[in-house]
Order: sequence, then structure tokens, then C-alpha cells
Amino acid sequence: MELDIRGQELLLSIKMTIEDFISKLEAEFEDVEPGTLKAETSFRDIEDWSSMHALIVIALIDTEYDVILSGTDLQAANTINDLFELVRTKQ
Amino acid sequence: MVAASIKAVSYYLPSERLTNEDLFAQFGTLSPAEIFKRVGVRERPIRGKGQIGSDLAFESSLVLFDEHGVDKAEIDFLLFCTEGLDYKGPATACIMQDRLGLNKGIGAMDIPMGCAGFTNGLAIAKALIASGQSKNVLLQTADIPSSVIHPGDLDLRMLFGDAGASALISRCDDQFGIGNFVMGTDGSGAENLMVKRSNTRTPVDTKWLEEHKAVGGLEFGRMEMNGLEIFSFSMREVPSLVNDILAKNNLALEDVDLFVFHQANAFILKMLARKLRIDNEKVYNCMEYIGNTVSASVPIALAKASKEGKIKKGNTVLIAAFGIGYSWSGTIIKY
Repeated sequence: MELDIRGQELLLSIKMTIEDFISKLEAEFEDVEPGTLKAETSFRDIEDWSSMHALIVIALIDTEYDVILSGTDLQAANTINDLFELVRTKQ
Repeated sequence: MVAASIKAVSYYLPSERLTNEDLFAQFGTLSPAEIFKRVGVRERPIRGKGQIGSDLAFESSLVLFDEHGVDKAEIDFLLFCTEGLDYKGPATACIMQDRLGLNKGIGAMDIPMGCAGFTNGLAIAKALIASGQSKNVLLQTADIPSSVIHPGDLDLRMLFGDAGASALISRCDDQFGIGNFVMGTDGSGAENLMVKRSNTRTPVDTKWLEEHKAVGGLEFGRMEMNGLEIFSFSMREVPSLVNDILAKNNLALEDVDLFVFHQANAFILKMLARKLRIDNEKVYNCMEYIGNTVSASVPIALAKASKEGKIKKGNTVLIAAFGIGYSWSGTIIKY
């Protein structure tokens, strides 16, 4: 199925947003090289992942997107895309 | 109108210290530098053998009387705040009246609150003064979190320190003093920060003592914290608390010279500054050699900030505390 212009724009905006989300995450984690995270990356597999990183994720999402995830929200998510979807539905 | 002000604040830290080097030697996981990076603490005061909250509170009051020349005969109300009372009965405040040699014609009550204990107690002290009941209230806050932390719980041991603080709240007739309070409570978060097996509902039993024999029995119970939920709660409630305090006192963010938050952990302080768009410089942090001392954290921060010249006469200071309960409260203090 071909997307109409609006559909393409929407897709583009979503794509840009998740890319933006990923680059913000990469900037926040000091020990992660830019370009290494993908939407399908399981965030707990990030090298040296710790409870501190989980706090950083909550803080980043709060300050950048004005969405406050609960600990339960975070525990239910696995990939970066899951996080992104959570933010979108809660926004 | 009758107003109340914080006339003097002093604190007492027990002499024993738990350093990041000690923690690294025991756990071998996070280096001293990594521990500091995570929580912003290098050393925590730890109670001496047999020392409990009221002992630290008692010492802090002696320091207060000495440092500020407080005449204890003028104290007409005593509030003792801790999460670790001496007994289920009598109230520790009654024992403290006798121990400190305060007048018999005073009121003395316990406030069993944690992180928000000082700000909650201050609201009560102000109300006692504003109602004409009292002129000089001694508010003691003291906690010994180390007594309820499992020695194998690095996350909690990194954070908490034991301490006591005393504040004298007195009647004053000018515009300086304690402003309007904002308070909040959400008991649905109780389980996320709780001292398990610590009192009547779920007392310690022989099985528990046996299970924890290797670590001394954990006879006072065990503090358990869901760090993610506590962090999420802090980021959700504290910015609104700050905005509500400003609104209730007809102030704007820029009018505040210093923000003194409960010293929960350095990361939370930094994130609150970021979310509220306040300079880190304006958010006071004295955690490096003290840690999170629960109910004693705000008065210690006020005393230290004053000593360091970060609070000066004429300053407007916003205090806000939050945590176990959940309970949160705060106000403005004009110096």
C-alpha cells in the first residue's frame, strides 16, 4: 500500500521523533557512542546498564517530553521503541 | 499578626564514618568515584554502638543551647520528630523533656515522620505560635537509617547517614519569618519506601531474627526502597510543590535566593533544578560528607548554608521536603 503525502509526512515526523529520542538518550548516557542505539535495542542490554540509567531515562523523558513514567511503566518496557511508544501514548 | 521565625538551628553528627572506600572494600563493585558520581556522597555519619535517634537529637539540642545561647527555660513546647522512637510508649518527647531539663509546664509530643518530618514539624510549630499557645518551640529531628539497612544493600548504604538536628522556632512580630505552607500526602505509595517488620502490623519474629542472624538480626526491621518509584514520585510531586509554595506566598521563582530541598540524593537535586529551570547554584547541596539524613536533612542544610554565608539576612529561602509516606511539604523562610 502506498502512503499518501500526509501519511508520508506523519511517518517522517514519527521517524524523526524516534531518531531525536535516540540521540537524546545517547547524549544522556556518557558511556554510549552516538549511533550505537537502535529502536529495537533492548535498553537493559546497553553496556554497564544499571539502576542509575533507569533514573536517567525517567528524568530525560520528564524534562524533554513532560511525561513522567512510573517504575512499573519502565519495568514493562524492553526496547527503546517501547519507551518511545510509552511516551507517545502518555503525551 | 503574630508571626514565627526559625531563630536558631544546630545539628549533631555521630563520629563514626562510612566512606566510599569502605563500601568498595566490602562490595568490590562500584569504585569510590562511581559511588560519588551516582549519589553525590563520599562519607556518611553512622551512629555509635547503642546510639539511637533520641541520643542524636539530645546532643544536637546541647549544641543549639551552646552555639546560640538559648535559654532552655524559655522553651514552652517540644516536638520530637523521628521514624525511630525509643518506645511504643511513653512518647520520646516526654523522656526528652526530663533529659534536657525543660520546664514541666510545657507540651511535648512526638512526630513519627521521615523525610518531610522537619517541614511538617515546622508547620505545627508555626501553628502553635500563631495560635498564641506557644512562644518558643524546640523542634528536634533525628534519624538512624543505618539501623534498618541490610548490610548487603549497597544502594541504601550509599545514600543514608545518621544525624540529629534541633531548631528553635520563636514568636516574632515583623515581616521576617516562616511563610505559608503547602502540604501533601499520598499513602498509596507507602510500600515503595517502608521499614518492613518494624512495628505492630508485622513485628519481627524468631524466624526473621534467625534468617538475618548473619547480619545481626535486623531487629528494628528492614528498610526497603523501590528507587524508581521514589524517583518518579519526586519528579512528579516536587515541582508542583515548589510552584504551589511560590503561589501561596505570592512569589516568583526569581524571588527565591536559595532552594533548600530534602537532601534525597544529588541526582534528584540536579534533576529538580533542571526541571524547574533553576541554576544548580541556587539549589543547595551538602550531601558530600553527610548523605541523606532523613528528617534531619533540611535543618542541617539550613544550618550549613547559613554558616557558609549562602543564606544571609534579607534572603528568601524556599524549603521543601518529600519522601516516605508519601508525604511532602514546604514553605518560604524570610531571613
